[in-house]
Amino acid sequence: MHPALSVIFLTTLIGAGQGLFLALFTGESYAAINIIPEQRHQFFAVGGLIVLMLLIAGLVASFFHLGHPERAWRAVTQWRTSWLSREVIILPLVMLLVALWSIAHYLEWNPTLLGMELGSEITLTLGAVTSAAVFLLYIATAMIYASIRFLREWASPLTVINFTLLGAASGFLLATAYATNYAQNLVNFYGGWAMILTLAAWFSRSAALIRNARLKPKSTIQSAIGIRHSQIAQKSMGMMGGSYNTREYFHGASRMVLRLIKWLALVLTFPLPLLLIWFGMSSDNAQLILIALFVQYLGLLFERWLFFAQANHPQNIYYQTVG
Amino acid sequence: MNDTPVNHRVEVKNTTCYMCACRCGIRVTLRDGEVRYIQGNPEHPLNQGVICAKGASGIMKQYSPARLTHPLRRKAGSERGSGEFEIISWDEAFGILEDRLREIRATDPKKLALFTGRDQMQALTGMFAKQFGTPNYAAHGGFCSVNMAAGMIYTIGGSFWEFGGPDLDRAKLFVMFGTAEDHHSNPMKIALSKFKRNGGRFISINPVRTGYSAIADEWVPIKPGTDGALLLALCHVLIKTGLYDRDFLARYTNAPELVNLNSQSDEFGMFVRTEIPEEEGCFDPQNKLWWDRELDRPISMQTPGSDPRLLGAFKLDDGTPVKPAFALLCERLEQYTPEWASAITNIPTETIVRLAHEMGITARDKRIELPIAWTDVWGNEHDKVCGNPVAFHAMRGLAAHSNGFHTIRTLSILMTLLGTIDRPGGFRHKAPFPRPIPPCPKTPTEAADVQPNSPLNGMPLGWPADPDDLFVDAEGEPIRIDKAFSWEYPLSVHGLMHNVITNAWRGDPYPIDTLFLFMANMAWNSAMNTDVVRQMLNDKDSDGNYKIPFIVVADAFQSETVAFADLVLPDTTYLERYDCMSMLDRPISEFDGPVDSVRIPVVPPTGECKPFQEVLIELGSRLKLPIFVNDDGQRKYRNYPDFVINFETAPGSGIGFLGGWRGSGGQKSLKGEPNPSQWQAYEKNNCVFHYHLPRSYQYMRNWNLGYLQWAQAHGMTRYAEPINIHIYSEVLQKFRLAAQGKSFGKQPPDRLRKRVEKYFDPLPFYYEPLEAQLTDQSRYPLNAITQRPMAMYHSWDSQNAWLRQIHTYNFLYLHPKTAQSQGITDGGWMWVESMHGKVRCMARYSEAVEPGTVWTWNAIGKASGAWNLGKNANESKQGFLLNHLISEELPPHHDGDHLSNSDPVTGQAGWYDVRVRVYPAGAKEPRTTSPRYTALPKLPGSAKRPAWISYMAGLFNKGGAK
Amino acid sequence: MTQLALVIDLNVCVGCHACVTSCKEWNTSGVAGPLFDDNPYDANPTGTFFNRVQTFEIGTFPKTETVHFPKSCLHCEDPPCVPVCPTGASYKRREDGIVLVDYDKCIGCKYCSWACPYGAREIDEQQRVMKKCTLCVDRLYDASLPESERKPSCVLACPTQARIYGDIHDADSAASMAIRERGGYQLMPEWGTQPANHYLPRRKTELHIHADELVRSDNPLKKEDIRKGPSREVNLDDWMF
Repeated sequence: MHPALSVIFLTTLIGAGQGLFLALFTGESYAAINIIPEQRHQFFAVGGLIVLMLLIAGLVASFFHLGHPERAWRAVTQWRTSWLSREVIILPLVMLLVALWSIAHYLEWNPTLLGMELGSEITLTLGAVTSAAVFLLYIATAMIYASIRFLREWASPLTVINFTLLGAASGFLLATAYATNYAQNLVNFYGGWAMILTLAAWFSRSAALIRNARLKPKSTIQSAIGIRHSQIAQKSMGMMGGSYNTREYFHGASRMVLRLIKWLALVLTFPLPLLLIWFGMSSDNAQLILIALFVQYLGLLFERWLFFAQANHPQNIYYQTVG
Repeated sequence: MNDTPVNHRVEVKNTTCYMCACRCGIRVTLRDGEVRYIQGNPEHPLNQGVICAKGASGIMKQYSPARLTHPLRRKAGSERGSGEFEIISWDEAFGILEDRLREIRATDPKKLALFTGRDQMQALTGMFAKQFGTPNYAAHGGFCSVNMAAGMIYTIGGSFWEFGGPDLDRAKLFVMFGTAEDHHSNPMKIALSKFKRNGGRFISINPVRTGYSAIADEWVPIKPGTDGALLLALCHVLIKTGLYDRDFLARYTNAPELVNLNSQSDEFGMFVRTEIPEEEGCFDPQNKLWWDRELDRPISMQTPGSDPRLLGAFKLDDGTPVKPAFALLCERLEQYTPEWASAITNIPTETIVRLAHEMGITARDKRIELPIAWTDVWGNEHDKVCGNPVAFHAMRGLAAHSNGFHTIRTLSILMTLLGTIDRPGGFRHKAPFPRPIPPCPKTPTEAADVQPNSPLNGMPLGWPADPDDLFVDAEGEPIRIDKAFSWEYPLSVHGLMHNVITNAWRGDPYPIDTLFLFMANMAWNSAMNTDVVRQMLNDKDSDGNYKIPFIVVADAFQSETVAFADLVLPDTTYLERYDCMSMLDRPISEFDGPVDSVRIPVVPPTGECKPFQEVLIELGSRLKLPIFVNDDGQRKYRNYPDFVINFETAPGSGIGFLGGWRGSGGQKSLKGEPNPSQWQAYEKNNCVFHYHLPRSYQYMRNWNLGYLQWAQAHGMTRYAEPINIHIYSEVLQKFRLAAQGKSFGKQPPDRLRKRVEKYFDPLPFYYEPLEAQLTDQSRYPLNAITQRPMAMYHSWDSQNAWLRQIHTYNFLYLHPKTAQSQGITDGGWMWVESMHGKVRCMARYSEAVEPGTVWTWNAIGKASGAWNLGKNANESKQGFLLNHLISEELPPHHDGDHLSNSDPVTGQAGWYDVRVRVYPAGAKEPRTTSPRYTALPKLPGSAKRPAWISYMAGLFNKGGAK
Repeated sequence: MTQLALVIDLNVCVGCHACVTSCKEWNTSGVAGPLFDDNPYDANPTGTFFNRVQTFEIGTFPKTETVHFPKSCLHCEDPPCVPVCPTGASYKRREDGIVLVDYDKCIGCKYCSWACPYGAREIDEQQRVMKKCTLCVDRLYDASLPESERKPSCVLACPTQARIYGDIHDADSAASMAIRERGGYQLMPEWGTQPANHYLPRRKTELHIHADELVRSDNPLKKEDIRKGPSREVNLDDWMF
């Protein structure tokens, strides 16, 4: 597939936003059971705002992918069958929930119900619901890709796992960077989780790469045109100046570039941030954490590019030769 | 989706397509006056409702920005070829032309050379030339397929395409040799598909497997230019095996006619005539002898009850040794064994033998008998029509070689051996064919036939029957600028347009004044040796005057040639004008009877465009050419439609441009007084007139008394005489005798005696194409040919926004082994080089090409800026012409220094004779084709090129800038 | 239930592209139009077409087959492009099985095209909506057209009648019979999309010659046997007594 920048930004930005929320909520709930020190409400409120901003940025990026963004509202109608429609429903829902959760923190809301002060219960409950929605959003986003069974590089549970783990890892790393400024006592907590999630994502993403490398295409030129012969070569695809079929489904990069991007994605997303986080934490160097964050995000852009580029659409069989 | 547009003015009009020369009936739907849909007319006999890629893209031709819209004059001081013009009025244009042409006509009419491309109006253009008095006229036939016309017409009295074709409705075996897939394409596609679905077996013999060949049951790859060898070997096997139709040969051909073999006699090689002298017109008098099997003595041919010998050697009473023509053919074929042919053609011997057996056995054992009674021209009644269902088709693959004439004569003889001429399942004629062998029209024969202010004394093109019909001066030298009908190319019945510019530039045989080109892209894909020809068009003498003083180009589009014009006349498109596919030209007849058709405008002309016919009639009237004016010198015809209705070949002849609805009330067919409502009648009838012959007139027309008398009565032919097939060509023998000095008439100049003697062989023979004979084949080991893509017609369609998306540039296709042996990669840049030039192009591997051949699509490459394409258009950056590799003249050799690269019999351009080598382009070379030319500017008055189009007829437009 | 479809006969398709441009001309001025063309007269011209003809070479020289392969939307019975559409713009008509796009609902997200294994959809880069073969739905039910012309434009155009149009759920339709009797097959059956369009394979007609057929009593050469005079060579006649 031809990697579209809009979609690359959409998925990485909302993935990180969702991850940041999970990090914030993990912090909140761990504090609730006193595993880690409690934070000020405003830490969560501002953090929630960052989440929201990331989600909005992702949404804006996604609009660039649409021919008619003004009609995007129509996309809520097909939730019964379309994962894209589901994403379109869940994304605003998550945004709403995150907003509520942030506002609750910002207002330090403490409503009374039946004479009982709900206190942190309200944000915890809201946070739990939001977290569930965030996970649903990861699933919906990933399933947009994983549900296309023809794109076998995508059609795997690993896609959902990767989207979730990569999003979470970048989110936790973002939380770590956020904490270096506003909650130094949580840096190691978030940093630790960021490392664990990055490691897990490294593992699952590598699994996906290995799987992709071993995939044998299910469609062949033989099945594509229905002729059983071992020697078939296309001589003309029917047009010479290119078409949607040649622009949308081919990444157009050389094998060398593809390999370079693969290594860049792997190194920038996984080992380098791990090292940077480790050194950042052990040397109390916020700068390194910030660098880790940017390095990993850059890595994720490459990773997402690779994700699209590696997907080999069966239609490409029909578009091999200009003649 | 948008709602269906309502409240729009929708009209449906019929006319005839002209996206190629096929001439299908089309139905054009207009919405608010704009072309909304062009479909095949289901009521049209030719295409029966179907349409091709080109026809369906007519909209983009009509609205192409490459249209010329105003008469243009080359800017004073600008160089030819630079494309700098200014708009002038038609009045000025006509004024310039009138003055110039009047002067030429009053002094030396042959200083005007009028040559036209694939124009479909030769009846009018030829008439204009004749009336003007210049012999220097021809259409594109000489560089197209004149070998196909001449080779077959000089043998069986008909040919393929407009003249006749394979009867695939009834054939069981169909063999196709190299055929341009853009010719007669829809009828061929319709027929091929039906044929295959009916279980017919289709064999394609072609160096390349594309298009029609793709669906062949068997593809037999052959080395280009060697088809003659294959055909001779097939004849050899058929005769050796006895798989020929003896009755057909004996009855309907000159096979049994006795040939004088007294080598001392001036009559050597001629048929022995009976004592009774008979006036010989341009038909074959029945005054020859047979050797009767029973009586064992000579007998007048066609004596009732006689059964002639086909083989044997006999002596007449006066001691003259004679043999039946068939015996001579068999002797000739003796040497042409399948083994011999295999070495030449690269086809395995067993394949050749099997092909011959398949043909012979299918012809013999799948015989068709139709219960159709007919009478032959000798008065014999037949109660049935028989057919041997083996059909053939061939076109430029055989024709465009310098040995093509004899190859095609061999094909005609093969078809005759199988007994398939004008019989069901074989070859069928289309009216007005069959015609006498050769047909009657003759050119002038001497210099005095060209006189100032007088029409030409003879037809500009004709069919020589003997040396005295040649158009040469007292020294035997050519009178035409293209040297047609001279001893260099005696039977050049379509002229040699491909040599006109070179000869005019050189002043050989003389310089001309005005070169008038209509619809012919002679500065590009229609020229051999394109690069040099472009220089000739621009070359000046020592006084700084152009060697070709004045060039007029009439065209609808900005072809490459337009840039070289001094005066440009904008023609209309086919949707904007009246036209007729006339009986006087090449009609679209069907097997079952004559058909002609018309175009009637469906949209008004664009800008100042004027149909070329109107230009000729205007000029003819201004110059007072006899047929265009009344006795008092007043203009006779208002316009072209008026001309078409009222013109008669002779006063009161009843024969005019159109055969349908003649007679004052439209009640007569083919012959009858002019009908003032003729156009309306065509308009009401799908723009086509189809005359159905009675079934008994539809077969065996060379000998069908009923048909021949009908044809004579309706002005199709002068004689109702039998048209026996010439397996032995006495016409060719007459030229040979002249070359041998044995005749009393015209004789060739000494330098050409050997050439004429060799190639005017009354029997078919094989020789390697001339160019190959003169090429160092170890240096240039490969053949290079072009194929025609079905979605393009010649160079016409690169200005078509839809069609050019299908073919926007071209590759050189070659077998992987051929490429790899030179280090050429698939898709890589490479050079293809002949002894005349070289071209840089891109390679594409193909398993569907014979490894000794490379090929590309014809005429996709364009000069930068021509056809109003952007200067970065792929056509000019990656697209290329093979023409740069092909010379219009042979290298100097023993027969002469400036002989055309053509068939020595007919002057057919030897496009496919070129030999090449290939090698990779250097890594540092530019990734563009070579040669390239300076980009041409946009012409004044032509439309701006839109950066995009969203065409929707009559609604919103359409295109714009980015 | 009706399922309209095309059955494409590769046995007779000569690759002329008539279906390609007749489709374009009908649809650019029809309900599915206009069909955008970009750079129509400059480098790399490109445009929206619902139908293409491709060329493949099968095998190696000299046993090469050249196959022309027309390719358009297959109107799958289980079209994967339909359920993925988030707006319902992509739909399959219940009444005749045609898969269509409602341009007014389409948001141009291209997701349907990703979900089509055949690459049958093309975005119109000017209107920014997804477009595809409509089977000329604006011809099929147009009562103002003669009955014989209520067919897709490509079918009317095809000079070799290589495109058979009909209801493949009607066992007696020409399309169904062609599928049944001439080995009609579907593309990429591995995905279970059940394309409604089918293809008919190449078939070969061969002629087998028996040696007997070459030797026949009516061989015309026999008629030419010319009696030879007495032989001068020594023969058994001179020796035997």
